[in-house]
Amino acid sequence: MGNLIDVLIKLSIATVILYFVIKILSKGFDKITDMIVAMDKEKNRKLIYLIVGILLVLPFLLSRYPYILRTSIMAIMYVVLALSLNFVLGFAGQLSMGHAAFYGIGAYVTALLMVNFNVPFLLAFIASAIVAGIFGFLLGVPTLRLKGDYLAITTIGFGEILRLVLVNWVEVTRGPAGIPGIPSPSFFGFTINNNIGYYYIILLLAFFTVFVSNRLLNSRLGQGFIAVRDDEIAAEAMGINSTYLKILAFVLGAAIAGMAGSFFATFVHYVNPDNFTYMESVTILCMVVLGGLGSIPGVILGAIVLTVLPEALRGIALYRYAIYGLLLILMMINRPGGMINMDRLKGGRKDENSRGSRSNKVLRRSYSSR
Amino acid sequence: MLEVKDLDVFYGGIHALKGINFEINEGEIVTLIGSNGAGKTTILNVISGVVKQKNGDVIFQNEKINNLTTEKIVELGIIHVPEGRRIFTALNVEENLLMGAYLRNDKKEIQEDLENVYELFPRLRERRTQMGGTLSGGEQQMLAIGRALMSKPRLLMLDEPSMGLAPIIVQEIYETIEKLNEERNLTVLLVEQNANLALQVAHQAYVIETGEIVLQGTGRELLGDDRVRKAYLGEE
Ligand SMILES: Nc1ncnc2c1ncn2[C@@H]1O[C@H](COP(=O)(O)OP(=O)(O)OP(=O)(O)O)[C@@H](O)[C@H]1O
Ligand SMILES: [Mg+2]
Repeated sequence: MGNLIDVLIKLSIATVILYFVIKILSKGFDKITDMIVAMDKEKNRKLIYLIVGILLVLPFLLSRYPYILRTSIMAIMYVVLALSLNFVLGFAGQLSMGHAAFYGIGAYVTALLMVNFNVPFLLAFIASAIVAGIFGFLLGVPTLRLKGDYLAITTIGFGEILRLVLVNWVEVTRGPAGIPGIPSPSFFGFTINNNIGYYYIILLLAFFTVFVSNRLLNSRLGQGFIAVRDDEIAAEAMGINSTYLKILAFVLGAAIAGMAGSFFATFVHYVNPDNFTYMESVTILCMVVLGGLGSIPGVILGAIVLTVLPEALRGIALYRYAIYGLLLILMMINRPGGMINMDRLKGGRKDENSRGSRSNKVLRRSYSSR
Repeated sequence: MLEVKDLDVFYGGIHALKGINFEINEGEIVTLIGSNGAGKTTILNVISGVVKQKNGDVIFQNEKINNLTTEKIVELGIIHVPEGRRIFTALNVEENLLMGAYLRNDKKEIQEDLENVYELFPRLRERRTQMGGTLSGGEQQMLAIGRALMSKPRLLMLDEPSMGLAPIIVQEIYETIEKLNEERNLTVLLVEQNANLALQVAHQAYVIETGEIVLQGTGRELLGDDRVRKAYLGEE
């Protein structure tokens, strides 16, 4: 009993603190968003060069802080994962809650190929992407007609099935014991054996993911995604093939999550089913929602914040998921568009929290059962 | 231009269309009238490939389009303005219009067509940056038609454009439809409950009841028909 009260008190305090933190940070995020909007192409490019430059030299600055370097690698990996879920959730507006499954498939494919068959990393990496992509397709097709809660439940089910297969198919996966001894990747005879190397691999993957996201968003397909999310029937009437778009989102999202999984397997040299639980899916989901559905800078920021925050707050690690929950609820109340709102990014609209708001609407749609 | 032959549609066990036959000639305004649940929307949905028929054919410019996807049908120039307008609420007026040109690649002509739509509906020009969801019902209907025009229609299918609008706005919309038909020779398939107006503008008209065509004739003929007057024009 005393314990429960203690927990409740702590959570209440956390609620109050988070509430004000969000209020205060909101201003900052608005500023950042407005800045991005106001920037012309030239400045935008300079800013991107600056960020890329910093990212490139970062591991040398951090060489004396291995722990921070390792956290940075994880943060970038989660950026990739969150952006991959963003294809499904942010672009296609489909509430998928089993994303860790694709991440897990990628990790296991690489682990099995490298450990059992000595397949080189690059090949295993590609195989991971393809296998995860195929599973994305297999999940995407039958769930096309599902929306909101129903889709969420089905995708949760998919994630659980995958975890159970990993646990119970002992002959192949070694069950709960997992697969140890996954070798480091090597390229043309060079073996990556330090974190600086891993950092550059995952950074490259992150650049690739941002590039694909950005291209997609600014292409005709990106327009199609916007239309389908807003009103699928109207979109179809314009000749937009919503089936194709949704499956594309599922496949791309799954394949990229599979790549992240492949990286993860070689980075930690050991995979087991506990790495790919429902909570992992929820964490990735929180990153996307918190950052701002559909908004690339938002999702990147969301992933970084939610990787770094738990590390910084090790003391309350027990409360991690309770705090995620609180954070989401408070964000939905205060800032439903996420940290960096997509609407504002696109047109510099000021009414981003109004009812008609795009990302807001996706959320409402995803969470309302129809 | 378009021919619908022996169309049969079932929704589960419900026989929604029972052998529908009609034809549309190029440059005509053809109207389908009938009460709630008669099957009017279903006919449009079959033509645009959203609903699959059990039997029967849809022939457009001498080619069967039964098995084409909606995307291909839109490409052919059959554009459906769905019931209830279905504006993209989170996009502004201009973005909505440009969405109509989704399948087009001819940037320059798209700009010209945008200009044409704004000329047709000056009110849309005034509101080009307003969000679709905040437009009035009448403005939304104009936007829905404008958006369809951006798809370069050869056959424009309008599902109850007068629904829920004030008479003066309905008037305006109908004048525009006639203008499009006369000046640009646009072929129109018009579904309406507002039989009076629809029959006034239609060259050819069909009355649908529970999935069957029960009467047909020119708009004027049906306006004068006793049964129509009683059932659809509310006269004694
Ligand atoms: N998707 C569907 N599933 C099951 N039944 C349907 C579906 N769509 C339409 N129906 C049924 O088919 C019949 C014809 O419907 P339809 O929408 O074509 O009528 P309508 O003439 O357009 O009516 P209204 O004027 O009210 O729009 C109705 O009985 C309707 O309930
Ligand atoms: Mg109807």
